[in-house]
Amino acid sequence: MVVTAEVLRDKLLKELEAVHVEIEDTSPNRCAASFKALIVSCQFEGKPLLQRHRLVNGCLAAELKEIHAFEQKTLTPEQWEKQKSQ
Amino acid sequence: MNNLIRASVRCLRAGSTAGYPSMRLPAGPVSFTAARLLCAATDMQQTLGEMVKKDKVVVFIKGTPAQPMCGFSNAVVQILRMHGVDDYAAYNVLDDQDLRQGIKEFSNWPTIPQVYLNSEFVGGCDILLQMHQSGDLVEELNKMGIRSALVEAEKESK
Repeated sequence: MVVTAEVLRDKLLKELEAVHVEIEDTSPNRCAASFKALIVSCQFEGKPLLQRHRLVNGCLAAELKEIHAFEQKTLTPEQWEKQKSQ
Repeated sequence: MNNLIRASVRCLRAGSTAGYPSMRLPAGPVSFTAARLLCAATDMQQTLGEMVKKDKVVVFIKGTPAQPMCGFSNAVVQILRMHGVDDYAAYNVLDDQDLRQGIKEFSNWPTIPQVYLNSEFVGGCDILLQMHQSGDLVEELNKMGIRSALVEAEKESK
């Protein structure tokens, strides 16, 4: 399985009902497949960071096996708006 | 200036104390090498349970605090260093494939590094970094009776 930024993006949009997803392929900086993700979803509402990351890890379980490094930032739509306005 | 000197002392201490588990763990029920001989996955899970309980701050990283072998593991080491946390147990997953696989199952977390505070899984590098930035890490350490060096430094500068 070749994991691309599009594959990850599509899955997160669909399964986590994300309203915004940014995936950066950071592989060139490292020795193997690496990605950096910003994920905005209502499903993160009221959940601490650990649970948010677990949601994402669960959603991408199959893909993460092929990925060397995965950085993630998980925001609720409200947090996302706030961050944009800063 | 004082801070600088203290920071470098901390750095040295972290390098010398938090080395390979066998240096930190005396012979006993959680002796890692002994547990390795048993080797079965369930034993590993049990051993890991004891490892994360043994010290207040436990990290599973690639490499050692003195020589991290991955940028994310290095970030975890640096964050702890910034807070003056140098008395922690660091386990090098590159030393042992069973440990590397075992901790992923134990924490139900796919990546290394992994951080435990007070026997509780906190997360990986991203989470520790965000806790550091938000001030939550200072608070968590405080709850465990560890005063962050960042708080002390802030006081001094006032």
